[in-house]
Amino acid sequence: MHRVRAKSLAYTNEQDLIFGRSPHPVKTRSGLEIGGGTVYPEINFTLPTMMVNAQTMPEVLENYRQIMEGVCQRAAELYVPGFVAEIEVLPPMTMNPQWGVDVTKTVVDVIERYRQSDGVKASVRITPVDIREGRELEHMWHGSHWDRIMALFEGAAEAGAELLAIESVGGKSVHDEATMYCDLPKSVFALTVLGALDMEHLWLAISDVAERTGTISAGDTACGFANTAMVLAERNYIPKVFAATVRVVSAVRSLIAAECGAKGPHKDCGYENIYTKAITGTPVALEGRTSAVAHLSPVGNIAACAADLWSNESIQNIKLLSGPAPTASFEQLAYDCRLFNTASETGKETAKLLRDLHADSDSKLDPQAYVLRPDVVMEISAGIIQEDDDYRRGVAAARLTLQAMREGHDSGRLNLDDREETWLDSLSETADELPDTAEELMAKIAEDSDAFEPDKYDL
Amino acid sequence: MSTIDELSTAVQKGKVKDVLALLETGLAEGSSAQQLLDEGLLKGMSLLGVRFKNNEVFVPEVLVAARALNKGSEFLKPYLIASGVEPKGRAVIGTVKGDLHDIGKNLVKMMLEGTGFEVTDLGVDVPDEQFLSALDEYQPDILLLSALLTTTMGQLKSVIDTIDAAGGRGKAKILVGGAPVTADFATQIGADGYAPDAASAAELAFSMLELAA
Repeated sequence: MHRVRAKSLAYTNEQDLIFGRSPHPVKTRSGLEIGGGTVYPEINFTLPTMMVNAQTMPEVLENYRQIMEGVCQRAAELYVPGFVAEIEVLPPMTMNPQWGVDVTKTVVDVIERYRQSDGVKASVRITPVDIREGRELEHMWHGSHWDRIMALFEGAAEAGAELLAIESVGGKSVHDEATMYCDLPKSVFALTVLGALDMEHLWLAISDVAERTGTISAGDTACGFANTAMVLAERNYIPKVFAATVRVVSAVRSLIAAECGAKGPHKDCGYENIYTKAITGTPVALEGRTSAVAHLSPVGNIAACAADLWSNESIQNIKLLSGPAPTASFEQLAYDCRLFNTASETGKETAKLLRDLHADSDSKLDPQAYVLRPDVVMEISAGIIQEDDDYRRGVAAARLTLQAMREGHDSGRLNLDDREETWLDSLSETADELPDTAEELMAKIAEDSDAFEPDKYDL
Repeated sequence: MSTIDELSTAVQKGKVKDVLALLETGLAEGSSAQQLLDEGLLKGMSLLGVRFKNNEVFVPEVLVAARALNKGSEFLKPYLIASGVEPKGRAVIGTVKGDLHDIGKNLVKMMLEGTGFEVTDLGVDVPDEQFLSALDEYQPDILLLSALLTTTMGQLKSVIDTIDAAGGRGKAKILVGGAPVTADFATQIGADGYAPDAASAAELAFSMLELAA
């Protein structure tokens, strides 16, 4: 397995970049064709407030069993044509891979029972926590942290999980510094030098596991980078124009999964993966208004424009008036998907209208939404793939994003207040001054960053 | 504008070189180190803190100012020690075992430093015992514990229980925080306080310090 760099866009017309359809659909063992014309729900869930340890594991497994019972039953009752259940394990379940495998078995067993009794079709996505952080980490690509992640992928694949995904964190410690200071050069370095290096190693390895185990190398998300920035912008801690720029630069990083064998569906919280879809034609999971159960966002509608799976991000297993929260969340996803699929069945123009309503209802109000408009995505993606090294792609992404926001604002298609405009000006100046090569930038970062540990990346 | 007022403005703008130059001028003019700290550096930070609370500036602007404050404080330290001046308070902060998130913790640390606290940061994924030993090692007035995950919230209680069991309760006020943490939860686990965001955490820590004085 080796990396194959994308050199062209997967679409010639932005109107074709739409929910439910991808040039390269993914077929699962359970019979889902993701990106083949139908948008399916992807339900994600987590435990209520509780400790996870050897003593509580029986209770943990019982929680997962109950969650899946509720979801599968509702899937049957609502005639859901198929769904994906994501097991995004918690840190102790990656530190102890067998616990993650046991959770996978529990979820797979319930789905199988409902397949036999009610014809429910579902596939399982396994997402280990990327534990490669902290003082005990030896190296990004070997040592016990790496081994445990890979052991969980292997074990979960053998236990019946079919889609392999991760929220990888290569470069994140440097990016955390960049986010706090809105330091664009450091952000570009973290995402497109450290992040890119890590993505290549990690995704070639994951794709190997997929090949060995007959599963699907699915995809990544820049959650720890771009979603951290989004949440901080939501709290007014950092400017939205910075978060929007990070989002698009992070697409350069997340795209590498697809260049290293990931076939999709890419990971739900990676809003930047609409760029991955535009460039590679691989299907994406996305989340929007339905993920307000986990985090707030300014992209609740526009995120749906190109979704092939429609997700809720994560919901705690607590009791609501209607029933268990994961069941309620699943129902919301199912109804959204019915609407998307009915629009598609009605015709291309209707689907396009629904897509554009989703885009237009968000894009004027927030730059983070604006940069997810399919027309903007296509334009910036075309600029990204002109460059053939990751750092240059990152520089292009930053400059084109800032330029797109400026043009959007000047033409009245994007609202920005005075504070945001000031930051747009200063970020644009900074982007223009980014060094020509990654090596030049690395020398500066090495002097300036406490978090940059070159040895862990063999630099 | 007086030197001390200029100092306050330079801190707010994060201009390190200006801060250091103005401190030298201030000392040469006969201002005390304590005066330059309180009425120049900390006042500047406090004014910027108000602007941050009012959504007039973003965190990076506050961080750049905090950097200038820290450089200024370092410069003043020998003068303050010579005149027997102690920091306003001492705090120890960390993210609990099993949790690797640190942005929220870092924001609280920054805000605390901006109110004159000397802060020791234990980092992330900190074992209970390390929080316990930090009480004796650093003798903080306030111990701040952070957790972002629903599954590491329980670790907040574990730290407090460990401190209680070792007879360490009362050595410092214990504040807890993090996205899933609530005031009710803080009360249930026996914390002395809870704050929903970084600015409130610093305010609460400062008010606890004043109450204790």
